[in-house]
Amino acid sequence: MTDARINDISFQRFLGEDRLMGCRCRACGAQFVPPKPLCSRCHGDDLEWVEFEGRGTLAAFTCIRVVPPTMQPWGYGRDRPYCSGVIELSGGGRVVALIDEVDPTHPETIAVGMPLTVKYLHQGEGPSRKTLLAFKPA
Amino acid sequence: MKRQLGRGVAVVGVGKSPFGMFADRDSKDLFAEAFTRMRASVDRGIDPKDIEALYLGNFSNDFFVRQSHWGPLTSDVIGIVPRAATRTEGACASSSQAFREGVLAIASGFYDIVLVGGLEDMSKRTTEEVAEGLALAASPYEISAGFTFPGVFGAIATAYFARYGANREHLMNVTIKSHDNAKLNPEAQFNVSVRDLMEAKIAGAQKKGKPVPHWDDEKAFLRDPAANPPIAWPMHLFDCCPISDGAACALLVAEEIARSFTDTPLHVVGLGQGSGRGLHAADELTSFEANRYAAKEAYAMSGLTPEDIQFAEVHDCFSIAELIHIEDLGFFKPGQAYKAVEQGATRLDGPMPINTSGGLKCKGHPVGATGIGQICEVWAQLRGTAGARQVPKPDLHFGAAQNLGGTGGTCTFTILERR
Repeated sequence: MTDARINDISFQRFLGEDRLMGCRCRACGAQFVPPKPLCSRCHGDDLEWVEFEGRGTLAAFTCIRVVPPTMQPWGYGRDRPYCSGVIELSGGGRVVALIDEVDPTHPETIAVGMPLTVKYLHQGEGPSRKTLLAFKPA
Repeated sequence: MKRQLGRGVAVVGVGKSPFGMFADRDSKDLFAEAFTRMRASVDRGIDPKDIEALYLGNFSNDFFVRQSHWGPLTSDVIGIVPRAATRTEGACASSSQAFREGVLAIASGFYDIVLVGGLEDMSKRTTEEVAEGLALAASPYEISAGFTFPGVFGAIATAYFARYGANREHLMNVTIKSHDNAKLNPEAQFNVSVRDLMEAKIAGAQKKGKPVPHWDDEKAFLRDPAANPPIAWPMHLFDCCPISDGAACALLVAEEIARSFTDTPLHVVGLGQGSGRGLHAADELTSFEANRYAAKEAYAMSGLTPEDIQFAEVHDCFSIAELIHIEDLGFFKPGQAYKAVEQGATRLDGPMPINTSGGLKCKGHPVGATGIGQICEVWAQLRGTAGARQVPKPDLHFGAAQNLGGTGGTCTFTILERR
């Protein structure tokens, strides 16, 4: 699929291309998302890229009001909380991501188990362009 | 998996500084105070020149005060240069790692007398910066997804709620219990009950002629976002431990020389440490694999079961964490802790007192000092010097401390015995 080095740097670059990529161990079939440089099940190093569809359900979430400096450039702050969540992917595996298009000021409207689809938030241009992995209600 | 020490190791002294936010104190003088208090706690005294090495836990003074390399800085403060000083870093479990390394160093036969300690200086930064600094101990994916520590534990709480049917009211039981214990602990950063805080707010409003709030009880107070604002749903202010500065240390010696320091040494009978993964790869969202591994290791070494442990300090960085730990350690079955807490099982006078010190929530959480801060409480309880918060059981022999670092990346479990 691609000969990009299997690591977090490539994972992040793929997110910038709106692709959620993990890896599979050719020896034992274990899948990892985000990708890992070694198979942590059989310890082999023969890994290949796998693209994930980006559908899943919300397994856990939080609505953050005390916002770390890293999230402030995205416009979040005490008056504008955001939701972060843990997503069980439909093809197996789990990722953590921002949960967009929900109302973080009313957490009771967000529910564990709700179906989600992936979206990618981009900011900036050129070398300073950043991408956040996000999900939204399906 | 039954691991044993090469020879026995005992704790013969402990000391901690006050935990709190100190604008005019740094880690060096807080450690100096902890050290002085530790010396005072050794019944037959310790000459500092007999200390052979220092193991020191510190999470991130690098970030908090822009200074690294705290091992030798600290050995200089206490006057034991040029003896070895080794720093351990395991996020909030940093000083439990120091404790463990000290035990292993003595058990190996290399040293006879070792000082283990921890320190952290957190209050010189804004709350947002502290949140960012603590998040350095999360997984890189969690940080990218915007998770803070309250956020990670908030998410764990939603998973626990969904799986077991608990809710915020159950977390409030943990908070109220911790504050009730802390009211009896003059060393606690918040030496006050939730009811006292509530009544103080009412009295304050009356005195200033402001509108007087009304709350029916502590839970009504904790439900009110004006009194207990959200930090990271469902974690509110009173679910979260404070930002603290502090230091703590303990003197470890080979068991065969322990009696030359005291008639009541505490023997290290169980020692466990495990590692774990972030939320994206954890085997479960409502339990920590590292906890279960550490517990298994410590129980196997000691030959004890959860039923033998008479009280414990656990790492309640957030209220939900206390519920998960006491399940992971086997004190309660998975999904049952919130019911047991509601019934009072973990109160000071309950069958399994948890966090008699007030826990991290109230005692304070200077992260690098916390693990040995917990050992200080186990020491006080087992030696019967805990005063008003003394566990009311006739025959205390086994106490334990559980410490968690990161989002479950490091967990330790230590069992001490008074013989």
